[in-house]
Amino acid sequence: MLKFVARRLGVMVLTALALTFVVFYLTNLPPNLEKLARTEGSVRMTDQAVASWIENNGHGGSVFGRYAQWLGIAPGWVLTDDKGVTRGRCIQNNQDPATAATYCGVLQGEWGFSTVFKKPVLESVLQKLGSTGWLMMWVMIVMVPVSLIMGVLSGMREGSRLDRSLSIVAIATTATPEYVSGVILVAIFASATAGISPILHDWGWISGKTLFLGTATSAMDNITFWNFALPVLTIALYGIGYIARMTRASMTEVMTQQYIRTARLKGVRFRTVVMRHALRNALIAPFTVIMLQFPWLLNGVVITEALFNYKGFGWTLVQAAGNNDIDLLLGCSVVAVLVVLVTQLISDIGYVFLNPRIRLA
Amino acid sequence: MDQTTLLSWGQIIARIVQQFLPVWIALIVTFAVSIRYKRKLGLYGKLFDSPVGMIGFALVMFWVYTAIFADMIITMDPIAQFGRVKNPPPGTPLVDVKDGQYAYFLLGADHLARDVFSRVVMGARRVLTIAPAATTFAFIMGVTLGLPAGYFGGKLDTVLSFLANLVLAFPVILLFYLLVTPEIRNTNIPVVLAAVLFIFPVIFLTVLFNSRFFTNPPKRNLYVGITLVIGLWAYLGLAFNKDPLGVWSMDPNLLNVFVSVVFVNSPTVFRIVRGIVMDLKARDYVAAGQTRGESAWYIMLWEILPNARGPLIVDFCLRIGYTTILLGTLGFFGLGVSPESPDWGSTIDDGRKLLSLYLHPAITPALALMSLVLGLNLLADGLREESLKD
Repeated sequence: MLKFVARRLGVMVLTALALTFVVFYLTNLPPNLEKLARTEGSVRMTDQAVASWIENNGHGGSVFGRYAQWLGIAPGWVLTDDKGVTRGRCIQNNQDPATAATYCGVLQGEWGFSTVFKKPVLESVLQKLGSTGWLMMWVMIVMVPVSLIMGVLSGMREGSRLDRSLSIVAIATTATPEYVSGVILVAIFASATAGISPILHDWGWISGKTLFLGTATSAMDNITFWNFALPVLTIALYGIGYIARMTRASMTEVMTQQYIRTARLKGVRFRTVVMRHALRNALIAPFTVIMLQFPWLLNGVVITEALFNYKGFGWTLVQAAGNNDIDLLLGCSVVAVLVVLVTQLISDIGYVFLNPRIRLA
Repeated sequence: MDQTTLLSWGQIIARIVQQFLPVWIALIVTFAVSIRYKRKLGLYGKLFDSPVGMIGFALVMFWVYTAIFADMIITMDPIAQFGRVKNPPPGTPLVDVKDGQYAYFLLGADHLARDVFSRVVMGARRVLTIAPAATTFAFIMGVTLGLPAGYFGGKLDTVLSFLANLVLAFPVILLFYLLVTPEIRNTNIPVVLAAVLFIFPVIFLTVLFNSRFFTNPPKRNLYVGITLVIGLWAYLGLAFNKDPLGVWSMDPNLLNVFVSVVFVNSPTVFRIVRGIVMDLKARDYVAAGQTRGESAWYIMLWEILPNARGPLIVDFCLRIGYTTILLGTLGFFGLGVSPESPDWGSTIDDGRKLLSLYLHPAITPALALMSLVLGLNLLADGLREESLKD
């Protein structure tokens, strides 16, 4: 078991290095650096000035060297210009170059400075991650039980009418990406001109113009049912169908096993068979699926936060990418890659733990 | 504007049904012929035994025919602006109608007074040309790499699987933001990626024909020759935009989108193919082929691949739907498409900014995209059920 975990961890570190390098390479492409030079310096810089700005701000040299500096395994760049002022990656403004650290990369906790938010990257990313954490928590609270119940109910009697109708619902939700379900949900529940809100308003059941709020900006400070239900539902809906179908497949397979038939022939009630004998075995596969949903949820989070204007991690990623904020984009990528890899690891290890049939040397 | 001149919903629906006339005729003909001869049509014919599959097929074919007959269905130019009124509701008549012009915005118009109905219909054409093509390329790449990885195993499998997992661990949305930017077109990355991706169909077909017909050189030379001439000709045009005759070319924007979508999809196909091959390579017919002394590629392409077609066809349907969703996501973030392009993702993005006031510009493309993907998913479900029956 220990050897298995160690090997998985090794592959994970290798993957993380490869992925962060790809992101570093793509964000530090020459056109991006030129754009950065023009926004940081001046728009009317000559091509020569741009080249020297790039060189003087530590963006010159090989991409591998800069990646190592960014990671914190190579000494940060130090340059002394014509006026005798020494600047460097690790030297803050007005700091004596002699006292500055040699290494300052992601590993040392120096994630750089965001040009959009005018704040250190680590601080802004952590703060936004907190907001997204709330969103994810509610998504999980809604998505996991609903999809498992749907899957178990349709899988326990394959081909029944209940199974057919639940399967159609599951297929329909997987066909509805977040940007479609978000628009439809807003149309039904949060539009002043269509859906159910005007009717409820006419009847005097709601005091405001709409039943739910169409934006989740107010949920940044104060989460209520009315401002948070739609974004949570938007993300959860897309995942529900997929997990439910996986659970159904797993459940139908378990229900054909010998031990289930034995239990039924023994005279155990159907309900008890499902609850005691089938459920535990049927839930192994969905566990992996749920863990592997995290990277996919990231997609949904970005779309939903953009749609409902909720200023979390996904919104930050869009801002960083849209404004050529290289350090912030790199920070977001590190977090995203870590989330994906850690959930993959948990799903692998959890699968081994849950499934007694897998024995590892 | 005078409220009384608005069309009622009944009139709007009647006019839309009338506009779609070519689609209805094509659908009825397709279904009549297919149901008449369904016993002779293999898996496709069996689809017509399953109600779910039939509904899915009808939805998909509705959009396919809409894309084909789009020019006959649209009522106005999808990118032209009509009048100065912003966001007119469905059924609004045009202010000054010229001769031969359609007199109403059937489903309203957007904030630039462009007809929503025509844009959605034209959008179907865009979506249904890119999504199946991108999925096909992803499949060819996944199959070409997945077959040897599963069949030979060992180091090759370790390396390819690591690369596939690498791409799979990459958050899709981040990849899009990095790959589909205007800046990246100034570098050679899209061209390099395209050069890698587009060579796979040529390799695939060459190996496919060579492994089968190498005992019959005249036939082999003919097939491989045709593949190489047409394949490399198209390859030069599509990947490098250097086609000497100028027949094959691809807009750099579109190339970027296409390459990213193929890149995201192919690792999953690779994993599916690899899994199936590992399962099938222990079968007797594979052992028989090996004993006969057939080459490894012959066994992979002509023995294993045809037997793996069931799950692959099902996944192909699902994947076209997923690709449609990905293309919509790209459009939704305004990545890689021109602003006036009528594709559904960007139309939804345009409409969502005014969503609380005007629903119609966003909801129509949203429902269109949903119905197409739903159709593909139902079709896949029907195919899976029918292919499991034998």
